[in-house]
Amino acid sequence: MNKTLFLGTLTAAALSAGLASAGTLDDIKARGEVNCGSNTGLTGFGAPDDKGEWHGFDVDLCKAVAAAVFGDQTKVKFVPLTGETRFTALASGEVDLLVRNSTWTYSRDTDLKFDFVAVNYYDGQGFMVKKDLGVSSAKELDGATVCIQTGTTTELNLADFFKANNITYTPVNVADDGEALRQFTAGACDAYTTDASGLASTRATLPDPDNYIILPEIISKEPLGPVVRHGDNAWGDVVRWTYFALLTAEEKGITKANIEEVATSTQDPEIKRLLGLEGDMGKMLGLDAGFAKAAIAANGNYGEIFEANIGMSTPIKLARGLNALWTQGGLQYAPPFR
Amino acid sequence: MTAYVRKQMLEPSPPPASQQGVIGWMRENLFSGWVNSILTLAAIYVLYEFLSLGLPWLWHGVWVADSHLQCLEIIAERFGPDASGACWAVIRERWGQYLFGFYPTEEWWRPILCFGLMLVALVAPLFADDSKNAQWIIAPTSALTLVLLGGAGAPLLVMGIAVAVFVLAAWASDRPVKLLVLTGVYPFVAVWLLWGGPLSGPVLAVGGFVILWAVVKLFSGRLGVPLSAGIGIVAAFLWWTVIEPRLTASLPHDLLALAPVESENFGGFLLAFIIGVSSIGMALPLGILLALGRRSDLFIVNKLSVGFIEFVRGVPLITMLFTASLLLQYFLPPQVQFETILRVIILVTFFSAAYIAEVIRGGLAGLPKGQQEAADALGLDYWQAQRLIILPQALKISIPGIVNVFIGLFKDTTLVSFVSLMDPLRGVTAIVRADIDWKAAYWEPYLFVAAIFFVACFGMSRYALYLEARLKTDHR
Repeated sequence: MNKTLFLGTLTAAALSAGLASAGTLDDIKARGEVNCGSNTGLTGFGAPDDKGEWHGFDVDLCKAVAAAVFGDQTKVKFVPLTGETRFTALASGEVDLLVRNSTWTYSRDTDLKFDFVAVNYYDGQGFMVKKDLGVSSAKELDGATVCIQTGTTTELNLADFFKANNITYTPVNVADDGEALRQFTAGACDAYTTDASGLASTRATLPDPDNYIILPEIISKEPLGPVVRHGDNAWGDVVRWTYFALLTAEEKGITKANIEEVATSTQDPEIKRLLGLEGDMGKMLGLDAGFAKAAIAANGNYGEIFEANIGMSTPIKLARGLNALWTQGGLQYAPPFR
Repeated sequence: MTAYVRKQMLEPSPPPASQQGVIGWMRENLFSGWVNSILTLAAIYVLYEFLSLGLPWLWHGVWVADSHLQCLEIIAERFGPDASGACWAVIRERWGQYLFGFYPTEEWWRPILCFGLMLVALVAPLFADDSKNAQWIIAPTSALTLVLLGGAGAPLLVMGIAVAVFVLAAWASDRPVKLLVLTGVYPFVAVWLLWGGPLSGPVLAVGGFVILWAVVKLFSGRLGVPLSAGIGIVAAFLWWTVIEPRLTASLPHDLLALAPVESENFGGFLLAFIIGVSSIGMALPLGILLALGRRSDLFIVNKLSVGFIEFVRGVPLITMLFTASLLLQYFLPPQVQFETILRVIILVTFFSAAYIAEVIRGGLAGLPKGQQEAADALGLDYWQAQRLIILPQALKISIPGIVNVFIGLFKDTTLVSFVSLMDPLRGVTAIVRADIDWKAAYWEPYLFVAAIFFVACFGMSRYALYLEARLKTDHR
């Protein structure tokens, strides 16, 4: 192969890749399904069940996006991605959207050239200890052995926290959640640290959860949210406003069960705009007028999705906390549909 | 006075108790000196500690439970609060995922039939002239496959076809070479069975190979093997890219069609075997060609082979897998949907072909130069000499190395979990542990997966020993 031909091929490949990212929404419509990057298996947030059906808090957001685009929440293909491959898969166009408990950080937004379009879960790093250790605050953990997953931001946060408080610790490195659980219950470490949501789900699987406590300190900010590529603004808007539609629905009391009834009886102009009864909100996004209605009808509003997957009625028993609506003291706040 | 003359021989007295029986064996093998005695006692202590932990754990195993917590409750109830035990219930609940991934349950008979046919198809190349061992493989394989097919609810027609194939194989097993036809057809049947779709797909794909074979057969006398193979490959390529799509479009879509199954539903050992078997099958011929290429006097062939081998051996497998799953997408237009599983198979094949090429080059180097010279003196051309004289000897020397590469390759298939395929070790286990009921199951999935891998790898290893013994012609 001569050099000109080689360069020509490369240019053509780069060009076609460039064209591809110009219109992700059009590509998705042509393909007939959304490719959604998800976790290889995280309790409550995203995993296939024993039939291969995907469920979870992050998964339901993908389904809502599929419902918004196609009016059918099943038109989504879940691509399981590991921590190592997730960002490359998004950048290369293997997936259109990444909803995989990924923390919004400065360098991921700027250097990796992604857009975090919303925060669907405010998480933070916490500690779990055995009750009989007699510790009530993470600052009393001087000299403790701590189980920590390697290669994560939590590892760096841990070092920062102990340094800032001028205390020492011995790390016990573990590869994943399962190994951490095993080491921790076997007594190989005094404390286990990971995201608070992960601690809650780990504690739920222990035979004697009452013997373990989660310490009150949250030592980091972990805003988790859906990610799209830089420069893919039209598609980013679709994901962002689908998410905001779910939030607005909770704020306005629209649920999966009563959405049809609300649609016929409502006098609230914002609900009318949201459900596509007035104005042409859908058209501005390049979608049908009823896009938000379809998204809400898929698995319910934000609160319903939360409760069904990770809320107090599930074994994971996560409280809403920071993820309550702004009207109830949380941080979840949707701009107006106008 | 008569001298005492013994008329009868005395019975030989038995050796002292310390020299024979169990005690003698122990004195000789376990306590033959103070160093060995200490080592023996230490080993016994370690073994005791290990077994005193492991055996009760296995003995307390629970097979029926709804969750890991319930397992622990049952164990505590039966054996006391401090007892530990295995929770095999997780395997009982999820074994289907470990074996088939998310392959639809009502279609499980397809991979089962595929596996049974694979063993039968392997008989011809593995036991070419050994009808006794061929029958030893075919008989139990047939019985087991039929039982499993029945259990998986295969259609009666399929059972009938399977019985016919197995009876045919048993009938032909007096000369296993006759089964080579089955081996040749098998890859296409397997692809059709596993992925589904109309039968015309694999039949037309075979057409390309038939063309290749016919061209080589027709022209190799006049043009030589390499040139005619080149023409054949071009012709076959034309068939696949130009003629076949048109033929496919003109044929009805539901002609003998099986329900299509998407690649992303493949997982567990089904995936490990698909990647492992197809890579092994393609890597061996490719490796042989590369090894011959590396020893060739032709400048371009030689340099290309050396470059390929050295490049591939210099790059870690993980890097190649990442390239396969992620970077290729950068260079392909988004309309091209190129299955990850296929990309992985191709790159794993390249990877092991490079290693096999070096193993075989070692075998080639081990042959005396006189073998090649003798072939030349007989007037054999290059390919005849390789096929009849050089390769049979070189491959025989290389068997342990080749099998080593194969076993490594088969176990390396678990690395595909890094590119998000559902391998049995990490991929499926992550999914199972994401279920809150089984989140705490730790050893059981690993032991289950390890047991199956052990059976497969041990089988390969035993076959290699058998083959070495069978091909042994020297008098050492």
